[in-house]
Amino acid sequence: MQQRTYEVMFIVRPDLVDEEIDKLVSTMESHATNAGAVVKNIEKMGKRRLAYLVRRFSDGFYILLTLEADGKAIHEVERRLRVSEPVIKFLTVRIDEEQKRLDKIKQLRSTKVKRSTAEPAPAPTPEAVAPAATA
Amino acid sequence: MADTATSSSSSGGGQDRGPRRDSRSGGAREGGGGRKFFRRKKVCKFCVEKIDSINYKDVRLLSGFVAERGKIVPRRLTGVCTPHQRRLSEAIKQARNIALLPFAARF
Ligand SMILES: [Zn+2]
Repeated sequence: MQQRTYEVMFIVRPDLVDEEIDKLVSTMESHATNAGAVVKNIEKMGKRRLAYLVRRFSDGFYILLTLEADGKAIHEVERRLRVSEPVIKFLTVRIDEEQKRLDKIKQLRSTKVKRSTAEPAPAPTPEAVAPAATA
Repeated sequence: MADTATSSSSSGGGQDRGPRRDSRSGGAREGGGGRKFFRRKKVCKFCVEKIDSINYKDVRLLSGFVAERGKIVPRRLTGVCTPHQRRLSEAIKQARNIALLPFAARF
């Protein structure tokens, strides 16, 4: 299956202590690796207020995993999150296509800047066209 | 035939209307009578400021486009262009799913 880039964000219940969270994160990391995913980044976003109650909790610890994985591996990671008791919510978002789009825009911007600075460059093109038309 | 360009003058009587309540999207109809809709900036923030990515994690940015009850503000009020509004609402919905933004008003 094709490798894609995903962000998996999950929320851990707020009554866990730091060590328990660290342990949970490393467990999830190894689950992901075992499922065939490559863990690119782990970001602990810290405790945040939830916008609405989730399982009667009004806040939670947000954790963000960036994975390179195929659909099957993501499915397994999601299953692990679902059965993990301290995890109260999770969301998977595919980001590779958006990243591709952003890279394209970035590239476009840089070439535009180059073109405007090197103004006289496109001048010889009409000459090149002219002989082709006569031939 | 009064000039509608200046919205503040048409409302009559300064009162406490000065700091316009932006999130109150239906505010124009409230209070009865008169056209006191505020001239909103009709330009797309994302086009103008060249904001390329509209990400669900960027709560600060997104919350500027949801009303206080949690609704997505329609683009006719915010001036956001159609392609950007589409990506904006996508991001808001993702943020709602992971409890970064509310689905509806909290009571
Ligand atoms: Zn736009």
